[in-house]
Amino acid sequence: MQEVVLLLTNFGFYSLKQQRIEIQKLRQGNNLILGFSIGGGIDQDPGQNPFSEDKTDKGIYVTRITPGGPADVAGLMMGDKIMQVNGWDMTMVTHDKARKRLTKKNEDVVRLLVTRKSLEEAVKQSMGGFPRP
Amino acid sequence: MWEGGGRGGVCVCVGSEVYTQCDHPWSLLKGEGAGGAGRQRPICSSHSLAAHSERSRDRHKSRSKDSRSEKSVTINTPPAEPLLGDSAVRGEQVQDDNWGETTTAVTGTSEHSLSQEDIVRITKDLEDSVGLDCRRYFTRTLAVILGLLVFLTPLAFLVLPHLLWPEKLQSCGTACEGLFISVAFKLLILLLAVWALFFRPARAGLPRVFVFRALLAVLVLLFVVSYWLFYGVRILDSQDENYQGIVQYAVSLVDALLFIHYLAIVLLELRQLQPCFSVCVTRSTDGETRHYNLGQLSIQRAALAIIEHYYCDFPVHNPALLSASKSRAAKHLAGLKVYNVDGLAHSQSRAMIAAAARRRDTSHNELYYEEAEHERRVRKRKARLVVAVEEAFTHIKRMQEEEQKKAPGDVMDPREAAQAIFPSMARALQKYLRTTKQQHCHSMESIQQHLAFCITNNMTPKAFLESYLTPGPTLQYSRDHWLARQWTLISEASVTSGLKDGSIFLLKCVDFSLVVTSKKIPYIQMSEEYIDPKSHKFVLRLQSETSV
Repeated sequence: MQEVVLLLTNFGFYSLKQQRIEIQKLRQGNNLILGFSIGGGIDQDPGQNPFSEDKTDKGIYVTRITPGGPADVAGLMMGDKIMQVNGWDMTMVTHDKARKRLTKKNEDVVRLLVTRKSLEEAVKQSMGGFPRP
Repeated sequence: MWEGGGRGGVCVCVGSEVYTQCDHPWSLLKGEGAGGAGRQRPICSSHSLAAHSERSRDRHKSRSKDSRSEKSVTINTPPAEPLLGDSAVRGEQVQDDNWGETTTAVTGTSEHSLSQEDIVRITKDLEDSVGLDCRRYFTRTLAVILGLLVFLTPLAFLVLPHLLWPEKLQSCGTACEGLFISVAFKLLILLLAVWALFFRPARAGLPRVFVFRALLAVLVLLFVVSYWLFYGVRILDSQDENYQGIVQYAVSLVDALLFIHYLAIVLLELRQLQPCFSVCVTRSTDGETRHYNLGQLSIQRAALAIIEHYYCDFPVHNPALLSASKSRAAKHLAGLKVYNVDGLAHSQSRAMIAAAARRRDTSHNELYYEEAEHERRVRKRKARLVVAVEEAFTHIKRMQEEEQKKAPGDVMDPREAAQAIFPSMARALQKYLRTTKQQHCHSMESIQQHLAFCITNNMTPKAFLESYLTPGPTLQYSRDHWLARQWTLISEASVTSGLKDGSIFLLKCVDFSLVVTSKKIPYIQMSEEYIDPKSHKFVLRLQSETSV
């Protein structure tokens, strides 16, 4: 399930792990909240995204996690790039569309496919010699 | 009034030796040598005794310091002492002189001495000037004859019928007389135009004939001859009575001549105005390069334009600055001795190249430190010079009109004022010029003249110094520096052919040569793009963060 993509960048030896995260929405009053904030989108300025290593990447990134919220509990981390939400592709959507896909009122659970940059994993694996399946 | 002058201000130079290298009379003067350096002299000291004792002290010092290569160690003796054969002229010939410290008089031999170079140059000038003058006069007389022919022809056309068959001629009506006025004015305009275009003082003597002018002259000649032929056959022979027709014929001749003059303007003046070539001119001795834009010219005319630009733009050629690199080159060659063992032809040069490549050579180090040292020395001397000049300028003041009437005593004209303040800055200036190796470019007379000029025009010390701090264009200096008025054009292509892309030619003069390469200015293809002023629209760069 975890695919490891080894990426050599100028700044370090990162790997991108894809993870599947399932978040249960929390009901707060009239709203269903997920407990994180997103940034990015094809209508936004990609150069100001602090989490992407490619500054032309217009994908949706997780910019803040409410501690103790549903996303935090589910294991979502700041800086994750959201690739899919419930099967819908999120790499080429506007910011507003992304927000709408995440906050559908008739869904209780969102299943996200995220990509995470992980430096420690890569170092451990290069020292170990073999990528973990 | 001289700094450290002789007895009671009388300046005499004794113990002369004729130096044949320098042209300047004051170069024969000798003065205090290196020993006097670094000591502040009082300005305008006119007391000979004090000066004299100072000098004798300096004399001893100077004898011990004669190892400094750039100063001569000669002694200026006052008249009471005998002429010295032992005046210590050590080492090399004096290139520069101590006019900063000494006298103004000149011995008899100096004014009439000629150096070997001068003699060569004079004979060369004489030989060439005779040939060139002949050619110039020849072309001038041809031009004058052609001009006279052209001007007198219409008049002859008008007058001849009256002389040859006056009875048969029809009388001139109104229209015909009106044409007289037109002929008169057109001839006047033609006269002025020809004078403006052709009768200007010749700028130069070019090696080959000026092709366009020659063509135009031939055209005019053919034209006039054909008109005469027609006139002779149809009018003179048949003795035509229609005078109006003859007048109209003369008018048509003058009109055609005006059109030929228009053609001359276009060919000679207008065609080369539009820049077509960019030429790069490099001086062979020190690499000074300039770029100029020229139009479509023949090579000889382009060379003429380049030489005129050279005199205005290039800093003066100073051979003293090249001696350092020559000595370095000599040192490189002198280091190795090659023995030819095998008897092969080019093994010697190859061996030298190989050895030079392997040798651990520290000459770059020497060069670096030498240049740094020189730079420092120049800056120090410059600082001293600036201070000395500024101080000197404070000693005189321009007198106002009212004061002139009140105090008639000790009033000086600019030349005297310059001579008065010159001694206080002379030493510093001379030392600076020696350090920057410009001392042969400026004679004392020229410096005093320049100083008088600056004083007259209320210039500041900085303005006065400007011409000594940077080497100016050749025209700024005295005639000696442009003795090279004989230039040789060396070109593989014919000199009357036009400039082309990539044409190279040389302009050689006695001391150096100018290498000229030309490149065509490319054809520029421009297209337009229209921008609607209303199409400038902007959006904010969004960076929103939404919490879900």
